[in-house]
Amino acid sequence: MRRSLNEPVLSVRDLVIQYEGAGGVVQAVRGVHFDLAPDESLAVIGESGCGKTTLGLALMGLLPKSARIVAGQILYRTRDGRVTDVVRLSGRELRDFRWKECAMVFQGALNAFNPVLKIWDQVLDTAGAHGLHDRTRVREQCERLLRLVQLDPGRVLQSYPHELSGGMRQRVMIALSLLLEPRLVIYDEPTTALDILTQRAIIEVLRSLRQELGFAMVFISHDLPLAAELADRVATMYAGRIVELAPVRDLFYRPRHPYTRGLLRAVPPVSGPLTTVASIPGSPPSLAELPPGCSFAPRCELATDRCRSDDPPLCMVGADHWSACHYWSAVSLDRRTERLGGASHA
Amino acid sequence: MPEPLLELHGVSVHFRRGRTLLRAVEEVSFCLELGDVLCLVGESGSGKTTLGRVAAGLLRPTSGSVRYRGQDVWHLPANAFRSFRRAVQIVHQDPYASLNPIRTVEDTLVAPLLHHRIARNRVDAVERAARLLELVDLVPPEQFLPKYPHQLSGGQRQRVSIARALTVGPELIVADEATSMVDVSIRVSLLHTLRRLREELGVAFLFITHDLAMAKYFAWQGRIAVLYLGRVVELGPTPSVIGHPLHPYTQALLAAIPEPDPDLTRQKAKLLLRSLDIPSLANLPSGCPFHPRCLHFVAGLCDVERPLLDAVDGQRAVACHIVQQERTGSDALQSRREAPTSGNDERLSLERG
Repeated sequence: MRRSLNEPVLSVRDLVIQYEGAGGVVQAVRGVHFDLAPDESLAVIGESGCGKTTLGLALMGLLPKSARIVAGQILYRTRDGRVTDVVRLSGRELRDFRWKECAMVFQGALNAFNPVLKIWDQVLDTAGAHGLHDRTRVREQCERLLRLVQLDPGRVLQSYPHELSGGMRQRVMIALSLLLEPRLVIYDEPTTALDILTQRAIIEVLRSLRQELGFAMVFISHDLPLAAELADRVATMYAGRIVELAPVRDLFYRPRHPYTRGLLRAVPPVSGPLTTVASIPGSPPSLAELPPGCSFAPRCELATDRCRSDDPPLCMVGADHWSACHYWSAVSLDRRTERLGGASHA
Repeated sequence: MPEPLLELHGVSVHFRRGRTLLRAVEEVSFCLELGDVLCLVGESGSGKTTLGRVAAGLLRPTSGSVRYRGQDVWHLPANAFRSFRRAVQIVHQDPYASLNPIRTVEDTLVAPLLHHRIARNRVDAVERAARLLELVDLVPPEQFLPKYPHQLSGGQRQRVSIARALTVGPELIVADEATSMVDVSIRVSLLHTLRRLREELGVAFLFITHDLAMAKYFAWQGRIAVLYLGRVVELGPTPSVIGHPLHPYTQALLAAIPEPDPDLTRQKAKLLLRSLDIPSLANLPSGCPFHPRCLHFVAGLCDVERPLLDAVDGQRAVACHIVQQERTGSDALQSRREAPTSGNDERLSLERG
């Protein structure tokens, strides 16, 4: 309902990205297609090498030189209602677009800072590069954001990056990504490599920031619990494609793609009694040598000859629920009943 | 009474970095029998890897003793020390770094078999290597023997590391984050393999992880020791530690963990800590190391006196003044009733059976 009222802030249309190297062509993103509403949070989940980071970089216009956008559009609707295709932006236009319209927080926040500059100087640099020269205003905005992520602005701004702990740096990064009030923030593995208690703090920070400031988020993660915490909708990526896209509860409780179901079965909850877990046989394919037909077929228990020759498109299988599987109706996982059923044993 | 397989008693490890002294591990004791599983869980800097290295005989503790079948390993003659080192094998986190890239799987497995004279000759060694590969589910073995590490996936490499640890017929495997670098979809099958080794070969495991879900799954029949800043703060059977954590740190940890279930994880009661910052090992807080963050902090007690890891019933132990006070206050009578050894034995047999 909400989404039909609001025009999407981001529309990705049939995006195809390839890397060309000595080893041949690597198809990192193969026809990714989705919309994102202005206040929506979308999690993109998948394992290493599924193309999710390439997708995130492309959304920011940050792809390395070896990557090529072969087809597709990345359409942003800016505040004034204009629609821009990031794929076509030039260097100058891209710089304006980044931070102001769309910011990205990378995994490993230490590398995102300049080690020889104090945080405050880095903030000034960024603000200056985007035409904000009023130091007092920048300072006020910055202090407000740092307080929102539960940091002491006085201490943090006068520190060098190495003087802050990993969790603090990540929170600084999250605060600074909002400095220019972007409409969309992309988080690439925002909590990976952080301690559980710090991870929890960051999750709560992101949740409250979104409530307070209302921006769209894309999370790129291999971490299913993180998606369960923060996403409104979840996209499962496998071998460069979105194979399932659904509202978070539908995806977790009624997955309609065997890969999503496999991931859910492989990640046991911590609380409650011991539930059954199973892994997916085999390992993910190399993006340089994809099998014909459905790329998940070699690992799929439902696969037939049809799957091995005919790659299923992403089709609507329920209200706002999309799956790229010929046999989506045969996929079921009643995780909740399993959990509740298990609980009654204890 | 037979001597336990491995016993750590009052182990402390201090590292010197310039003028600062890092207390990585303080006064840790635990005991492992053949076929036992003990999970060391803790966050980075909790000392879990250091403890794993101590248990494997790779690091000599600053104080305390490591006993293998009753004998202090650091006072063993050279050949007895070597057989201890053979009995305890370690599997590291990163299968990309722990295998020699210019050796084939066959070379990697055959070398220890020949070196320790476990195999009679090369042919026998290759045969044994093939059987080990079958044991870790790399089948058919002849397909894997001639491969180099770069030709294997992360999960397969980790299986080769496990097979290598098995070459010398260990009694205890120290698995240091052995599953954390492997993709989610194949992590569980690696755990299954490890569990099967425990059941079929009776190997004991010291399973080191930061991931409580993996600890729960791997050590459900075993025990969990929760480490915080180099100290064991809680120790007990896995189901009870996970189901009813007693130490405030364990409680905070379990409450903080996101679950792979949207309703469950969003409804979880979160515990807020007094501070988000983890104290530095070089400058540990006085008294209980958790007191600056603890919700139950009592001034004058927790920041002064260091709580000892005391038994709260036959199988569980907690290092917390508050938990101890509550127990001695209200349950003094009951805990005294539970104390006799016969009661403990009954509990043990229930647990094992």
